[in-house]
Amino acid sequence: MMDGGKGFEDALTGEQKIRNFNINFGPQHPAAHGVLRLVLELDGEIVERCDPHIGLLHRGTEKLMESRTYLQNLPYFDRLDYVAPMNQEHAWCLAIEKLTGVEVPRRASLIRVLYSEIGRILNHLLNVTTQAMDVGALTPPLWGFEEREKLMVFYERACGARLHAAYFRPGGVHQDLPPELLDDIEEWAGHFPNVLDDIDGLLTENRIFKQRNADIGVVSEEEILDWGFSGVMVRGSGLAWDLRRAQPYECYDEFEFQIPVGKNGDCYDRYLVRMEEMRQSLRIILQAIEKLRAPEGQGDVLARGKITPPSRGEMKTSMEALIHHFKLYTEGFHVPEGEVYASVEAPKGEFGVYLVADGTNRPYKAKIRAPGYLHLQAMDHVAGGHQLADVAAIIGTMDVVFGEIDR
Amino acid sequence: MSDDTLRELAEVITLKHGDAVVGTEITHGELTVEITLAAIPAFIDFLKTDMACRFSTLVDITAVDYPSREKRFEMVWHFLSMYQNHRIRVKCPVREDDVVPSITGVFPSANWFEREVYDMYGILFSGHPDLRRILTDYGFRGHPLRKDFPTTGYTELRYDEALKRVVYEPVKLVQEYRQFDFMSPWEGADYILPGDDKPGAAKG
Repeated sequence: MMDGGKGFEDALTGEQKIRNFNINFGPQHPAAHGVLRLVLELDGEIVERCDPHIGLLHRGTEKLMESRTYLQNLPYFDRLDYVAPMNQEHAWCLAIEKLTGVEVPRRASLIRVLYSEIGRILNHLLNVTTQAMDVGALTPPLWGFEEREKLMVFYERACGARLHAAYFRPGGVHQDLPPELLDDIEEWAGHFPNVLDDIDGLLTENRIFKQRNADIGVVSEEEILDWGFSGVMVRGSGLAWDLRRAQPYECYDEFEFQIPVGKNGDCYDRYLVRMEEMRQSLRIILQAIEKLRAPEGQGDVLARGKITPPSRGEMKTSMEALIHHFKLYTEGFHVPEGEVYASVEAPKGEFGVYLVADGTNRPYKAKIRAPGYLHLQAMDHVAGGHQLADVAAIIGTMDVVFGEIDR
Repeated sequence: MSDDTLRELAEVITLKHGDAVVGTEITHGELTVEITLAAIPAFIDFLKTDMACRFSTLVDITAVDYPSREKRFEMVWHFLSMYQNHRIRVKCPVREDDVVPSITGVFPSANWFEREVYDMYGILFSGHPDLRRILTDYGFRGHPLRKDFPTTGYTELRYDEALKRVVYEPVKLVQEYRQFDFMSPWEGADYILPGDDKPGAAKG
């Protein structure tokens, strides 16, 4: 027996003893959003203690990164939070650019913003709809995934891969976008609000959805600070904290968007914040397309120099360019000694990279700071006192993905 | 964040907690403060509560391994203030057998970060409520992010058809793990390539 008892000894003494019941939630539970094992101690149906066991998807990314060049390390970031891959690459590129002092061309910067926001919608669509599935609705994920598929086609048309993009490169982005792709993204952005309205109509006023989410997993300002929350977990409780606004990186300072905040800090408010963030991302996407079409938005997409490859045409005519290309993709570029912390507002929260460079072509140490790690850590605190069924709703709303938590 | 405001912040910190601070540095628009090991929980608490600092959020805890140094590890804390909108990095060199005071009393979120540092580097924390391994396998041995730990690890596991369970075995590699050497031999490599040692020997 799970609770350590031997059988019916209580009944024999005639004394009814009630012991807490321990259950294993996961690692193969569909509502665990990956490979999460929770050891739950239950008093009846109330969660007394919740001990997450993580690391089942640990791949040793940080160790592997120490023996690979900076460019070879880039694809590892796609595999962290595989729901919105390009946002992670962004942090890595920013860290390298900060250390090498490379200026990203404007067009590349705009493309990065465009694809970061597509990534945000990818993430929120998955999170909102699967969280609805965790609390009993089946239709939202089917509708949401249809749109995700369209967005992943945009990923594919930009870089050739649906998921593991490796598109953001130190010094810019890998390739320029064709004008037709911009047209198609704009067309999609025109019709996407209808899909959002549909999902909104399914969930927002849905009685069951509200009963399962409102007043569940409430986090206060104090708890946010104590447990190091970021992203929607902060904004759902009324703090308008967004790195895109507070510490602007790339060219976010020239975009117009609003930061939605919740009032109660419960699962329902976080759902509403995510829905509104998708609409705000859509605004940024449309502005980015506009800017990409403007004359100032034209030009190269890579800061041509030591950390980026020469253009194809140059390679055919210049020996130096050919040598540089060969050296770049074998030895890789060297990053000057120093340490730097670069962070982006990933869809899940603050995603950061702490990079220690020793002047060689490989990072001496790279620490990946994943937002989900801290959110899941607070599971014991947030889920305590809730019912067992609420655990699934809370995990869903914390937006955990094990690619980034276990690294 | 401009360098001037960071410099002011560094001055405030040195002024108020001069005994703890070993040195401050501003690079790439980031403030780094090196402190002594003894000052840890008090200094972190000061960072959190002082109104000029008000570092409300713990961003990250990690360590860096420098095997050649006498104090082998370097603990690194990152903090963020959502109110003052600034960041700080706190560093402290640590010997291999040093026990670092835990800051879980100040920031509960330090719990998993310290478990991870213990798991990956083997640094012990005093006053930590639950210092278990976190990311590695149950029953794992060694500390993977130390520089002397091989990337391949020591054990591998497979499902044994005869025993009907997963078994652990010493790692067997079909080919040597590839550690690329990017130093070009004519640009000052300080080793002799195999085969290149003969001409020298013939001359002598």
